[in-house]
Amino acid sequence: MLRLLNIEFHKLKYSKSTKVLSIIYFGLFTFLALFASIKFNFIGLDFQLADQGIFNFPYIWHFNSYFASFLKIFLAIVIVSMMSNEYSNRTLKQNLIDGMSKKEFVLSKFYTVLVFSVVSTLFIVLVSLILGLAFSDFTELSIIFSDLEFILAYLVKLIGFFSFCMFLGILVKRSAFALGFLFVWWIFESIIIGILRFKIMDDAEKTGYITQFFPLESMANLVKQPFTRLNVIQTAANQLQTDITSDYGVHWYQIIIVLAWTAIFVWASYRLLKSRDL
Amino acid sequence: MNTILTLKNLTKKFGVLTAVDNLTFTIEKGHVYGILGPNGSGKSTTLGMVLNVVNKTSGDFYWFDGKDSTHNALKKVGAIIEHPNFYPYMTAKQNLDLVCKIKNVTNAKVEEKLEIVGLLDRKDHKFKTFSLGMKQRLAIASALLNDPEILILDEPTNGLDPQGIHQIREIIRKIAATGTTILLASHLLDEVEKVCSHVIIIRKGVMLYAGSVDDMNASFGYVELKAKNEEFLMEILKNHDWFEKIKIDEETGLTKANLTKPIEAEELNKMLFEKGIILSHLVKRKESLEQQFLELTKQNA
Repeated sequence: MLRLLNIEFHKLKYSKSTKVLSIIYFGLFTFLALFASIKFNFIGLDFQLADQGIFNFPYIWHFNSYFASFLKIFLAIVIVSMMSNEYSNRTLKQNLIDGMSKKEFVLSKFYTVLVFSVVSTLFIVLVSLILGLAFSDFTELSIIFSDLEFILAYLVKLIGFFSFCMFLGILVKRSAFALGFLFVWWIFESIIIGILRFKIMDDAEKTGYITQFFPLESMANLVKQPFTRLNVIQTAANQLQTDITSDYGVHWYQIIIVLAWTAIFVWASYRLLKSRDL
Repeated sequence: MNTILTLKNLTKKFGVLTAVDNLTFTIEKGHVYGILGPNGSGKSTTLGMVLNVVNKTSGDFYWFDGKDSTHNALKKVGAIIEHPNFYPYMTAKQNLDLVCKIKNVTNAKVEEKLEIVGLLDRKDHKFKTFSLGMKQRLAIASALLNDPEILILDEPTNGLDPQGIHQIREIIRKIAATGTTILLASHLLDEVEKVCSHVIIIRKGVMLYAGSVDDMNASFGYVELKAKNEEFLMEILKNHDWFEKIKIDEETGLTKANLTKPIEAEELNKMLFEKGIILSHLVKRKESLEQQFLELTKQNA
């Protein structure tokens, strides 16, 4: 496993685009966190995002993991291009001739996906801890370390998403088309969900039973939007007499679904590569 | 353990087209083999199959004694297929370091091999800045990193200028002199003739001949003759058991005859003189590989 990771990182570390995208990814992460902690002078009123309770433990775990996952597209580009570049440079062929098996090739890519996901997760934990300790109203250990399931969900979500990107990279062989395919798939899934929801089922709950098995939807389900948990929003909703409570929790079966997709993508990548003449 | 590669009825079909048809041969240690065939005859497909990048349709092949998996055996092989494939954003040395990691050998020999192909002074230049000739030489260096049991080269001089072709041939000759087994696929006959001791001839996926270059031509060469009295010369040749396939070449007007025995030109001249023929032209030749190749492919057309 270490040998395969070593090989893959050798390929990545000299690539300029990989470096730039990774720096953008982790840079934006830090920048967003800093941004939220700056005080704004807003029409004579001091306004600080941090004061709205978004950095309170344990809410911060949910909030940060939700927002950080928007940035995953930058790493997705890295992963798609590390797959498809092997095709366009024809280095995949050379790797195999040099004595790598097709299985090792897919595994080396998947291990890299794991490393990217784990590093991102560690990063989000670190940023959240710093922001939380600086701004949270509660800093008791027991509160800090509650609701950590969002972090686990974040990790699984990234692994699932990046595996999907890896599969698309192998399937389509061209990075631009693979990213385009990802976007088209997302639209396709949204349309299917829309049709199910409003035409066929006409019921949000029943639709949810089915759509939770869709690949992108299942990943989105892992960390749901955190806004309606905010005190400000809750208060506003109470005043308007509407009930906006929804299920924020991370459920074990959702994790299983995403892990199953991950397994399917990795296996499909291998099958695809094995059946192809290069 | 002297057999390096064994092919048994190896077949590859692309849809209805049979690219490689029931190929059976073995590669023995220490020889220089040429796989010869026109473009599209299945040379690259055959190499692709044994190198794990093309899936076989049927038949079998194994490396060495067949005990190890193909991808592990390939770590002991050095191979270049058609175009040199490297990571364009890495330097020559970084690319070779990567190959070492894949082949599971230390990178101690990187500079030594770059020296062999004359690229040591360009080792820190990016691959994308290289000319085709340099890329091809880097590919050879890469194939040599593990001191392979066998070096496989597929059309190594394709697309190179005369100087590049010469450099590559020199390198191949040097490597062959160290006793490394070489398998060279080419459609350039003189290339194969110059460096190979054994040939495998393929046409449309079918093997026409496998064996040593010398044995390929069982005949003893031919003679080109000219004398004033052509008809008399023809008559004598036809009635003598040293000759066969006697004809007059239309282009040159010379009388050509294949020899059936190893006869020296001197002896032949003497015999004809005794019969009353004075030759104005006598040349004894061996058929070139090109002629033999054309002969073979014609026979099997």
